This record gives sequence, structure tokens and C-alpha cells, in this order.
Amino acid sequence: MLKITDLHASINGKEILKGIDLVVKPGEVHAIMGPNGSGKSTLSAVLTGNPAYEVTRGSVEFYGKDLLALSPEDRSHEGLFLSFQYPVEIPGVSMVNFMRTAVNEQRKYRGLEPLSATDFLKLMREKRAIVELDNKLASRSVNEGFSGGEKKRNEIFQMAMLEPRLSILDETDSGLDIDALRIVAGGVNKLKSEKNATIVITHYQRLLDYIAPDFVHVLYKGRIVKSGGPELALELEERGYDWIKKELGEI
Amino acid sequence: MSAVQQYIDLYHSQKNLIAGHSSPVMNALRDEAMALLESKGLPTLKDEEYRRTDIEALYAPDYGLNLGRVNIEINPYEVFRCDVPNLSTLLYFVVNDTFYTQAQPAAAKLPEGVVAGSLCEMARQYPQLVARYYGKAADMKRDGTVALNTAFAQDGFFLYIPDGVVVEKPIQLVNILRGNVDFMVNRRLLIVVGKGAQAKLLVCDHSDESSVRFLASQVCEIFVDDDAVFDYYDMEESSENTAKVASVFVRQGARSNVLVNGIVLHNGVTRSNYYSTFDGEHAELSLCGMGIVDKEQSVDTYTYIDHAVSHCHSNELFKYVLNDSARGSFCGRILVRHGAQKTEAYQGNKNLCASPLAKMYTKPQLEIYADDVKCSHGATIGQLDQNALFYMRSRGITEAEARMLLMFAFTNDVIEQVRLDALKDRLRQLVEKRFRGELAKCSGCQACR
Repeated sequence: MLKITDLHASINGKEILKGIDLVVKPGEVHAIMGPNGSGKSTLSAVLTGNPAYEVTRGSVEFYGKDLLALSPEDRSHEGLFLSFQYPVEIPGVSMVNFMRTAVNEQRKYRGLEPLSATDFLKLMREKRAIVELDNKLASRSVNEGFSGGEKKRNEIFQMAMLEPRLSILDETDSGLDIDALRIVAGGVNKLKSEKNATIVITHYQRLLDYIAPDFVHVLYKGRIVKSGGPELALELEERGYDWIKKELGEI
Repeated sequence: MSAVQQYIDLYHSQKNLIAGHSSPVMNALRDEAMALLESKGLPTLKDEEYRRTDIEALYAPDYGLNLGRVNIEINPYEVFRCDVPNLSTLLYFVVNDTFYTQAQPAAAKLPEGVVAGSLCEMARQYPQLVARYYGKAADMKRDGTVALNTAFAQDGFFLYIPDGVVVEKPIQLVNILRGNVDFMVNRRLLIVVGKGAQAKLLVCDHSDESSVRFLASQVCEIFVDDDAVFDYYDMEESSENTAKVASVFVRQGARSNVLVNGIVLHNGVTRSNYYSTFDGEHAELSLCGMGIVDKEQSVDTYTYIDHAVSHCHSNELFKYVLNDSARGSFCGRILVRHGAQKTEAYQGNKNLCASPLAKMYTKPQLEIYADDVKCSHGATIGQLDQNALFYMRSRGITEAEARMLLMFAFTNDVIEQVRLDALKDRLRQLVEKRFRGELAKCSGCQACR
């Protein structure tokens, strides 16, 4: 479904991604790990079309379409989802209004009628249960005054509402206590199917105890320098990143 | 020749005509008003308080005035497309500057003792009552536009709520501007709310679709006696050819509670002055407003709250959204006088410039002569939050829709101040329509381009 080829990207003229190659197929879970500043969040930002970043070389195909030519909203309509590392607070825009607009824009893109108010609320109720999101939060402004854990649960709730084909979870475990982590990971697992895929961006093995990856990639200085199975994550947890740097001849 | 001269000449040549079509109470102030205008003139761009609106340019054209009170053929229900329909109100019309007598609620619908109707007519029927208040709050020395209005105003709206009377139903006054030539109107509103009385007034301004220019001068005096509660909503939905110069003067008695909310949904050039004085202790004022301007539209607000006595509380919040080449200005002055201890005065002005050409000027001015007070002010001018925009787009919300939602959210806390649920709901819809460019007279907003 996703084919990244020789992707280079920069922000304010500074090159962050220096040639990424990655193929993701339906049903797969990929973990991308790496030290701070290696370009993990940049990769998620570039894939979802954050206008702050500039793609300088390479291509990204998503179900045969040129992903980089699409607007952020159309990437979402095509089934791409990013769970933000830092979900944005939007005072004055209610969760209900926000979600209804998002769901109906997606339906419009797919040539479907907007959901009726009743059907929409039913859908909200159903999906809220997946991450045990309180009804009170759903009636508040988007992320405003939410705790760290509530924000992340809200991200997975939105993912459940939009039913993406490819989800990118950017440091979804950061700032979560163990209970919140279990709920969030549980939500992600419930949404997993043979048809969709997940890219988990994380620092630690912790989240991967709950969301089992099929592939683990190490991102370092804007490149994927090592790929392997789940055992690679365990090795990183144990040994840190220095041995990889050593392998690269840096130390 | 300065802009003011034509009004001076007109006054002296038509004095009898003006007086003949008005009431003695209103006529009594005219000569003094004209003398003040002659000596002081209209405000100019050099006046600190008028630096952002060129009053002389607004008053310079050769407008027609209906001093002879020629009947204007109009069915206000036809022209009137005020978009607050779900609201059941006691509805009155002022067409140009003449109270429209053919369409007003039966007197039986008003609680006993309440007087509502033509200011000119009521000043004839109740001369002592009107004379006790007319011109007593509107300070002509302060502002040439108020003096000019006082010299020329012949009619308008009068509302009197006797002591202890609660008017449950909101009262609505619809001002309609209509003309075949460039036209000036001088409207006058006088509102008296007695001790312990309660009422809500919604004033809506509309202009018809013609391409002529309108200049609407309006002076509104509001007297709220001890323990009374009064809401004043002013909503402008006029045309780009309309200039409005309006002053609202509020006097508040002890323990009274007043809400003033000025909303500019669509306009040409709007200058609003809000003056408020606390005459009795423990009174509360909530003064707020919002404006949505784009294209070449302009909105300029000046507020002056006089904490003359102790233990009063004022809360001020004005928010503006500016798009295209629109201009906005806010100047908020708060005076806390000697001895006005335990005053609480808060002021906020927040503005959103949604385009690089939009300009906003904001100036808080606090003058505090008491030492046991709580006062604050905050002024911000910002752009749409890019992070929020991207967040919404990443969820599939189109950029135009996301911008609309953010602008709508920005104005929401002023709408929240409305103490009339039906109006609040309606306002939300109107503001959304406005941002989508669906308001009748709006043809080119951001969201629909």
C-alpha cells in the first residue's frame, strides 16, 4: 500500500531526511525507532503533508497514487492517519463538530451522503467505547484541557472514527502512564485488521510490548540504517543505539 | 469648506422645518447643539480618539435628509430580512429616521405602564418624562457627531419600563435604511429602565440593496436605575455602502446589571462609541462586541467606562476577525476615579488578522486614581493557528472549512455572553453563514471563494 523511495526532506533549508526507502503492505505493523533528532517525526510530518516541510527528492506511492501530490485533507480521505505526538488544542471547536465535519468530508470525498445526526452520535458512542473516552470529553473543545493521556486516547478515538488504511502513531506512548498505555494500545489492536497497516514511531520497546510489530527499522541521521524483526527492538532496548553507531563506523 | 459647514448652513435655513416635524422636548436642545458643533466642528483624523476613522470624509458627501418627514412608501416586512426569525419579540421598526407607526405590537402585549414607540410622539405625549432624560447622558461637548445628531434628530425610539416591571419578551427594534439618493439619517434612541425593572432590547440595522450611500448617525441613551437588569444587543447587518456613526451612553444606578453587546456582521464603515458611567455602587457592566469584516470594510470601536463610584464591576471583551484589506480599531478607556475603591475592571481585545493585508489597531487605556482596585487589560492581534489548521486538515477537513471553524471558534466567547438563548443560537448560525459568505449581502467571503 505504501512505497517510499529515496525520500529527502528539509525544514528551513536544513535536510532532515536523507533518503528513506520503506515498503508497507496491508496487515503489517512496522516500528520505526531511533535516537532523538534522527528524523522520525519529520517522516510522519512529511507523509501527512505538513506544509512546514519541503520534500526535495524521492517519491511516495500510496495505493498507486502519488501521495506527495495530494493535500493533507486528501491524504486523510485516501486513508492515511497520523496520531500526533502533540495533539493540538483548538479552543471553541467542539469535538462533536470537529469529528462530524471530518467524517462527512471523508464521506463526501467517497461520494457518500453525510451521516444523519442520529447515526453520527451512534457512531461516536460506539467508537468512544474502544478507548474508554468519557462522553464529557466528547462534548468539550478539541483537546482543550485534556490530560496527556486523554489527548492520546482522543487520537485513537479519531482513528477509530475515520477507519484509516494506514495509521502512523507518532510517539503515542510518550506521556502515558501504564493504564493509559494499555487502553491506547488496546484500542489500536482492536482496530487492526488484514486490510490496514500501522507504522509505530517510538523511542522505547514499552509500547511494542502491547502492539507487536512485524518489522522494526532503525532511523538514524535521516536514513533507515537497519531493519529486522521484533527481536531488533528488544536488542535496542537492551543495548541502546551505540552498537549501531559502531556498526556504521561512527564510534 | 469643511464637511461640517453644509450641516451648519442646512440647520440655519431649515430650523423651523426641523422643529415643526419634531417635538418641543427634542427641539429644546437644538440651538445649543448647533452652537457646540459650530465652535468645535466634527472630529478629524488629528483627534486622538478618531485617528482611524475619517469622520469628515464620511460627512462630506451631499446627502439627502428627510427633514420634512415625507412619508416613505415601504413595507418593512418586505425589506426586513432580519435573520433572527425564530426569536419571538415585540417588534418595532424605524425606517430611515422615522418611527414606523403602521406596524407595532398592540399596547396590550406590553406589561402595564411600559411605554414603547416613536420618540417624537412619546415626547409629545409624555413631555415631562422624556425631558427628564433626553440629552442628559449624551455629552454633546465630548463629540461633534453627538452634537450634530442632537441638532438634527427628529424621531427614533423611546422605551420606558416603570419601576419593578419585568418585560419577559425581548423587545426588538429594526432600523431600515432606504433611499434613492445618497442619504443621511439621524436616529435617536432613549431607554429608561426603572428601579428593579428588567428588559432586553435587540436593535438590528439593515440597509436595502440600493447602490446609494447611507450615513446613519445614531445616539442611544440608556438609563438603568437601581437594581434594574437590562440587556442591549446591537446587531449590524448592513451594506458596504453604509457608514454608521453610533454612540451609546449608559448610566447605571446602584446594584444594576447591564449587558451591552455590539455585533457587526456585515457593514461598510462602522464607528461605535460606548460610554458608560456608574452612578451607584455595586453595579455591574458587561460590555462586549465582535465584528467580522473583510474586503474594504472597517470597524472602529471606542469605549469609555467611568468608574465614578466604588464597588462596581466592569468586564469588557471585544473580538474582531479581519480578512482581505479590512481595517479595525479598538480603543478602550477605563477611568477609575479617586475613591472608587474595590473597583473591578477587566478589559480584553483580541483580534484575528486572517489575511496579510488586514490591519488592526488596538489601544488599551487605563486611568486609575484609586488604590484598592483590580484592573487588567489585554490586547492581542494574531493570525490563524497554523498547527490547528494542519491538525484539522490531517483529519480530512478542507482548508477552507478548517479556517472557517477556527474563525468561528474565535468569536464564540462573545456570542456566549448573550443572555438570550434563542438569540445565541441564531447568532451562531448567522456568524457561520457570514463566514461561509451566505449572508444576503455578502458576496465574497473567504470561505466561498
